[in-house]
Amino acid sequence: MSDDEKKVVPQRREAEKREAEVRGAIREELSGDASDALIAHAGKEDAGAPVIEVDRVHLAFDDNVILDDVSLVAHQGETICVVGESGTGKSTTLKLILRLLVPDRGTVCIRGKDITKLSFNDALLVRQTMGMVFQGAALFDSMTVFENVAYPLREHTKMSEDEIEERVRQKLAFVDLDVDRVIDMSPAELSGGMRKRVGIARGMANDAEIMLYDEPTSGLDPLTTATITRLIMKLQKELKVTSVVVAHDIRSVFRMATRVALLHDRRIVFFGTPEEMTASEDKYIRDFLGGL
Amino acid sequence: MPAFLDRLNASAKSGVHTVQEYATLAFKALRFVFARPFYAQDLVQQMDEIGVKSLGIVLLTGLFTGMVLALQSSVQLAQFGATMYIGRLVAGSMIRELGPVLAGLMVAGRVGSGIAAQIGSMRVTEQIDALNTLGTDPIKKLVTPRLLAALIMLPVLTVINDLVGIIGGNVIATLSVGVPAGVYWRTVWEQIISGGFTFRYLPNDFLQGLAKPFVFGGIIALTGCYFGLNTTGGTEGVGQATTRTVVTSSILILVVDYFLTQLMLSVLL
Repeated sequence: MSDDEKKVVPQRREAEKREAEVRGAIREELSGDASDALIAHAGKEDAGAPVIEVDRVHLAFDDNVILDDVSLVAHQGETICVVGESGTGKSTTLKLILRLLVPDRGTVCIRGKDITKLSFNDALLVRQTMGMVFQGAALFDSMTVFENVAYPLREHTKMSEDEIEERVRQKLAFVDLDVDRVIDMSPAELSGGMRKRVGIARGMANDAEIMLYDEPTSGLDPLTTATITRLIMKLQKELKVTSVVVAHDIRSVFRMATRVALLHDRRIVFFGTPEEMTASEDKYIRDFLGGL
Repeated sequence: MPAFLDRLNASAKSGVHTVQEYATLAFKALRFVFARPFYAQDLVQQMDEIGVKSLGIVLLTGLFTGMVLALQSSVQLAQFGATMYIGRLVAGSMIRELGPVLAGLMVAGRVGSGIAAQIGSMRVTEQIDALNTLGTDPIKKLVTPRLLAALIMLPVLTVINDLVGIIGGNVIATLSVGVPAGVYWRTVWEQIISGGFTFRYLPNDFLQGLAKPFVFGGIIALTGCYFGLNTTGGTEGVGQATTRTVVTSSILILVVDYFLTQLMLSVLL
């Protein structure tokens, strides 16, 4: 066993133990009165400080209301999955967290700091602490895989070329890619699953503390979907990143989510653990989960 | 309010909005020229893309324009027995008007469409959002290098276009009209100095002929970037952005050319 693995295993155990505790605590409280306030309280006590707080956000383009009174909290190390039908503003929620969009009302706080009122340049700084994985990976197709992953490092750090190369190789290896084979390829030569992995490697290149994924498994076969899901869980467990995942595939959602937010009709109609979601008697939730 | 007034109101608003956004883009792109970090590599790459790779079409355009100018004017001038003044006519038209405008139109077709298509597809595949997310201002990374490259390269291309055009005129004047090369080049020089000088050594013709492509370069790069950045609706949107860029920048070049000429004639003469 290498030194790295020796370090990682106890961390993983610790994270798993904590996760089990959190879920246990919530389940206990659920046996009583399952009010939203109680769930939020349980989360705050057991899952570290809130990292992302979306508070009563309202967003409309002209007369078209996209989000109405939407609130979300992600604590340190949590994976929040945002699910819902197409066109309910799931990706928009991610763009609000990245401050690619500014809400009409309400606040979005990252580590307690309201980002809705930041200037454009300050917003660029906040974004550097976040890694975003886009639906189609959004790799820069005028650059090689290496240059793509190196981009945030060259842009924002004073690392030497050797350090950058080392970091890029490390990140590509972390996402289980054959480093020597892919490093000089152009994005067009990669398969869908590989593009997603490179996208994840680029998102985490700057050691991001917050990872946002926009439909990381859409358009992938079931096997690749499973490996990408595993990768997201690996990031959560080994690097303790806080993640928000917008997803369609309910099976992978239940595997990776610490909490699930269900968007319906511009609002969040459910925000809780996967266990609570499956136990829910609400008709819309039952319909949404379908055969499960 | 009647329905048609409503529509008029809406379209006027969106028109003003477009102009405002275009101006904001221009302002930001120019401001970033002086702000760190500098994307020197992107600038060199764009100068290659906009300048060096447009050389071929500009050479061809210039050569044939000069040749046809000499041919047509020889017919007209022959009526007054003034064919020896072909050089004046060719040089005057090339340097003041045709050189800048034709170079501008050709580059608008070749480069403007390319800029719009590239930035447009980056927009629809979320690469622009990715740049933003990675903490880079897309205007600084994409628009500023293209604008700067076009501002530098268009005057250079125009000078080449002018020169090749005048050489083309020389070929026709000497071979098919029978004006000796020495006479041709002397009349070319007469034309250049006849417009007067600015700062004693810079012929006004040159000033006019170089100010125009500078402005046209800005129009081409900004229009391409503007439509590219505002692309919506997938691959179809990219096609629309490309078409709009070529049409809009060509029209802008022709319209702005008229007003620039008016302005410079009243200032310089």
